[in-house]
Amino acid sequence: MFWNKKMETLQGDKLAVLQHKRLTWTLHQIDKVPFYHQRLKEAGISAGDIRSLEDVEKLPFTNKKDLQGGYPFGFLAVPLNQVVRIHTTSGTTGKPTVVGYTRQDLDNWSELIARNLTMVGLAEGDVFQNMVNYGLFTGGLGFHYGAEKIGLTVIPSATGNTKRQIEMIRDFGVTAIHCTPSYALHIAEVTEEMGVDLPSLKVGMFGAEAWSESMRSELQRRLKVNAFDSYGLSEMYGPGVAFECPEKEGLHIWHDCLLTEIIDPKSGERVAEGERGELVITPLVKEAMPLIRYRTGDITRLIEDGCPCGRGQKIGRITGRSDDMLVIRGINVFPSQIEHVLRSLPEVGDQFMVIIDRINYLDEMTIEVEMNREYFSGELRDLAKVQHKISSALRDVLGLRTTIKLVEPGSLPRFEGKAKRVIDRRGQLW
Amino acid sequence: METDQYVIKQISIFSENRPGRLAAIAQAMEEEKVNIFAFSIAEADQFGVVRALVNHTEKAHKKLTSMGFIVSFTDVIAVRMRDEPGGLYAIAKVLGEAQINIDYAYAYSGRDAAVLILRVNNVKDAITTLLEHGVTLIENSFFR
Ligand SMILES: [Zn+2]
Repeated sequence: MFWNKKMETLQGDKLAVLQHKRLTWTLHQIDKVPFYHQRLKEAGISAGDIRSLEDVEKLPFTNKKDLQGGYPFGFLAVPLNQVVRIHTTSGTTGKPTVVGYTRQDLDNWSELIARNLTMVGLAEGDVFQNMVNYGLFTGGLGFHYGAEKIGLTVIPSATGNTKRQIEMIRDFGVTAIHCTPSYALHIAEVTEEMGVDLPSLKVGMFGAEAWSESMRSELQRRLKVNAFDSYGLSEMYGPGVAFECPEKEGLHIWHDCLLTEIIDPKSGERVAEGERGELVITPLVKEAMPLIRYRTGDITRLIEDGCPCGRGQKIGRITGRSDDMLVIRGINVFPSQIEHVLRSLPEVGDQFMVIIDRINYLDEMTIEVEMNREYFSGELRDLAKVQHKISSALRDVLGLRTTIKLVEPGSLPRFEGKAKRVIDRRGQLW
Repeated sequence: METDQYVIKQISIFSENRPGRLAAIAQAMEEEKVNIFAFSIAEADQFGVVRALVNHTEKAHKKLTSMGFIVSFTDVIAVRMRDEPGGLYAIAKVLGEAQINIDYAYAYSGRDAAVLILRVNNVKDAITTLLEHGVTLIENSFFR
């Protein structure tokens, strides 16, 4: 099912012509932002120098720090009276990033969400429970308006009160949910504790944090949904940037609205076709806050063309963030790799935490792992075997020695929003 | 030979090495009026197993599980041991000669003798061997 078949399947020259036209428009739009006006002048580039899509490489990057530096309204290309909404994202350090939307921006955003929801088979008659934060976080309102646009019955349940969420799914005959994968897991746990099932559910859309294939099979098994990966970032409106179609094997990114590149995060050079690197996006139709070559920090790759569904080139599932990347004793580690290993081992329960310390100038990684009750034989040596099995599996994937600490089920924190499973204590003074 | 009456159910509790876990177990047993005859703690690097011989094993299992502990039952045997030098040696020797491994053992002082709790790799053979050598085993009914 398509929401906008013409745009969703646009490829080849026709797509390139449209992208180029829209890129030219975007370059005029960014010239209204003093930051970009200055930066392009410094780089000695004017809009006229970008004659083809390939010339995009001549443009400087934009990163999150630049946006924070423009706090609050430094990146707006339109007067504030044309901005009909503001979202912010909390920065880990310093000022938040402010994102403004014109009415047209909001329309474009819900158009993208509408395409995604339709792509996974949702339509009028479906009942949709949106279990993410509805405040400044873009996941709430973003999905909400896209879902209303295609005529779903929307329940803006937001987060919290898990038992009530489950009751609503049951009482309202909810067919589709949207939340973080960690919250979905929590829903599954509580549903099982309550001894009920969720027979009406068929589609689960999970995003806002990277999650693995083993997490997918677990969620599909426990919630009995078809689970789809949703990708987005506030700087590009929010969720809706890329989404899995029923074929899965990667996410369709909307090329008519977003120009994508994959670069080596260290050198800034484009990587070879199909290689992994950082996703860089130039949005092509953003009015209030146009950007050029925005470094998303997300690690992915371009997947070979030709999805059977007929839509354009896909990106791979996000395997980590360049800033989540941990460097442990000189080795690059993504928390998602750890999660993937742990979820593939039946002895491991629902939650884990990664703690990194520096002891005698050496990085030490300790992973606290909740035990799966069913794998406790009562014998200490069997526990030692489980511990050993986990650390060898991790060493095979990460190339690192880790300390595994087995803990009781339910003793580690649960997360309703983005999971914070890494505690890096190396920077701390005592 | 009938050996079932000598097979005793020990409860084994997974326990993180953090303060208060043992106290929590002991308090729960008191609340449930479960009597602890003997217990031992086996510790590894980052965790331990608390082993306890109690009456009302099912009640103890249920209570601890409801508190979030991971609990399982382990078959052990209880040997009445002469409370004098060489008492332990005599038992270990008999089992060793029969090629039966002792995984672990712990003891407590009973009313009129020391009692040795043994976890072995072959419970049935251990019971038969010990009985044949005139060792006194305590029946599981004693711990109910
Ligand atoms: Zn597809």
